Amino acid sequence: MKQKKKKILQGGRGRCGCVSSCRETRCSVRMFSVLKERVGQILLPGDEFCCGPQDTLPLTDSGKPERLVAGPGLRLSGDRLLVSRSGVLRHKEPNKFWIESQQRRYVPAKGETVIGVVTAKAGDVFKVDFGGSEPASLSYLAFDGATKRNRPNVQVGDLVFAQFIVANKDMEPELVCIDGSGRANGMGVFGAGGLLIKVSLGLVRRLLVPNSELRADLQQLFPCELVVGMNGRVWVRAGTVQQTLILANLLQSCDTMTAPQRQQLFRNVWTRLHGAGLTEDPKDQLVLCGGPEPMDFLVFV
Amino acid sequence: MKETPLSNCERDFLLKAIEEKKRLDGRQTYDYRKIKITFGTDYGCCFVDLGQTRVMAQASCELVAPKDSRPNEGIMSFNLELSPMASPAFEQGRQSELSVKLNRQLERCLRNSKCIDTESLCVVSGEKVWKIRVDVHTLNNDGNLMDAASVAAISALCHFRRPDVGIQGEEVTVYGPEERDPIPLSIYHMPISVSFAFFQQGTYLLVDPCEREERVMDGLLMIAMNKHREICSIQSSGGIMLLKEQVMRCSKIASVKVSEITELINKALLNDKTARKAGGRCGFAESMPQERITALKTDQTSVEMTDVAETASSVFQTAEAPPQTAPSPLVPAPGVGQVGEGVRNTWGLEEEGEEEENEEGVSSGGDSVEEMTKMEEEQHKESKSRKADVVEILDSDEEEEEEEEEVVILYPETTGKAKNAGSSSGQKGAATSRKQRKK
Repeated sequence: MKQKKKKILQGGRGRCGCVSSCRETRCSVRMFSVLKERVGQILLPGDEFCCGPQDTLPLTDSGKPERLVAGPGLRLSGDRLLVSRSGVLRHKEPNKFWIESQQRRYVPAKGETVIGVVTAKAGDVFKVDFGGSEPASLSYLAFDGATKRNRPNVQVGDLVFAQFIVANKDMEPELVCIDGSGRANGMGVFGAGGLLIKVSLGLVRRLLVPNSELRADLQQLFPCELVVGMNGRVWVRAGTVQQTLILANLLQSCDTMTAPQRQQLFRNVWTRLHGAGLTEDPKDQLVLCGGPEPMDFLVFV
Repeated sequence: MKETPLSNCERDFLLKAIEEKKRLDGRQTYDYRKIKITFGTDYGCCFVDLGQTRVMAQASCELVAPKDSRPNEGIMSFNLELSPMASPAFEQGRQSELSVKLNRQLERCLRNSKCIDTESLCVVSGEKVWKIRVDVHTLNNDGNLMDAASVAAISALCHFRRPDVGIQGEEVTVYGPEERDPIPLSIYHMPISVSFAFFQQGTYLLVDPCEREERVMDGLLMIAMNKHREICSIQSSGGIMLLKEQVMRCSKIASVKVSEITELINKALLNDKTARKAGGRCGFAESMPQERITALKTDQTSVEMTDVAETASSVFQTAEAPPQTAPSPLVPAPGVGQVGEGVRNTWGLEEEGEEEENEEGVSSGGDSVEEMTKMEEEQHKESKSRKADVVEILDSDEEEEEEEEEVVILYPETTGKAKNAGSSSGQKGAATSRKQRKK
């Protein structure tokens, strides 16, 4: 039997935020080291890091100023670095810093891939709702192999996986289902089956990171298919309806859990599934309530 | 604002899952979500949580003239509001179809069933009766607003206390809560509504549909009953055709559910009563659980506390004394008022300029006070000159300043002093003040 491997469609940037919000600055060595000390700590909006005239230059550091890339949540103003979101400060070598925060509202950014619902057909474009302030437009021709005569088979109410080519605050956002070279690259209309759930943006980023612990834990459970949109929407499909529902509930619950809590939850589920044995009899139903604090969730076997 | 559209994929999945008797959150077909009832600090305020659906009801009363057709009965009025807080699909102010439907159902369920003894609400027959008003606000919509609203309304009525009234001959005295304890309403029975959602033309049914299930359902059957198995109201919407057996089965399920919910309400009322008697803290704030997001939690960090006392006292000592408060205003010249004297500026700039200031002459007849606009921190301030006879001095705002700068008082002709209430902190960055003198 062919193992259905997990297919995760990745797009956009994993963790370090989008191009539009990165800025570089020349900064003194001191600010860099101060920032580095605070990595992993919680910062609040209003905290600032000054890069003013140096009082003392430590002899041990090399005198060369390093470029600092400020990601989402950090903002440059003159020679000060201001924090504009509350969250944990993260660092990626060599010089990227950003604030990781919990947020559910999505703001579109160019290059990010999202899951949208087609709401209307208007002339030559589809109107797609992705959870933002206004619906985005998706042209008929922006699909792989689509021509004026050969229209894509998309109905109102279908799910599409697309990326933004225009996304700023002044214009209507635009989506396309092809990449720069004209190929689909995993984007397009969804097939039948599966369930769409809404999660926070933090969870989405944790799922998309290259060596994600969350994905590794999910892999242990059972084979499934996941499509992760950066607008907080995740589409899941597993072998049976039961497994799909379990997966959906798991993802929504582990949003606010730390890693050890999550692993304990997954272990519980695994023992229920494999230890007790998956029975086909629908009357044999077990309802397991409650996981580790603070969220309760239900699993049924 | 429109609601997020339901995709075909979700609809198909939900219907398929229902055919296999699976629900999204793992409930059985006849299971209710977790119901939580809490009361506020005021009498008559009740919050009900049905899973994620949250509703608040408040009961209140006032003395009014009775209806002409029923001179010795009190009046009950119900109002259900769909607040935009509950869902992006609800608009403020607009009476949507759903809102009209829910209001009507609530009224039929509670008023037509005569659950409250309205004759006991009469104070003076034909003149004064109590009007009891129940307002239900929806705070979050996750499906099945009707059931939550009915539980909230009847709990609020059971919890409510109206002021005591004394009648002596012709005189009617309404006692406040400090004088005499308020008395509860007399309630005969508690009607509670139970909703059933039907799918696939009546083949499958679910009790207490959540929001997504409500969006794919074909029709809804609402049965309002009390624990004595009396049906108070029954309503079917959606245009589905139901068989007699189905309706009978639903009513049996409803009676079981209603007795459970009635017990829950009574228990909540009892808890609240004992908490109030014991003088313990009661109310909504106490009932909220502490919910934490642990994924972004860090351990406690230590704060450096050495020398805090010394640092604080040294700061106090080195800081200057605050300026004295202004004396009462004086009138140096007609049409001009002066309150206090401006503090000498400490910029250390343009000492000579200050002497010039004292000799200014202005030929305009009046004075004008201008308002200052706050400027960007990075820009330098420049003084503008308007008409020839007006002198302005603008102070610059510095970055860390808190005070608003005060403005200029101009004097006609004779010696006057233009005053600045300047800030006294040391400034970096340019602070320019240029004055023009007009001869």
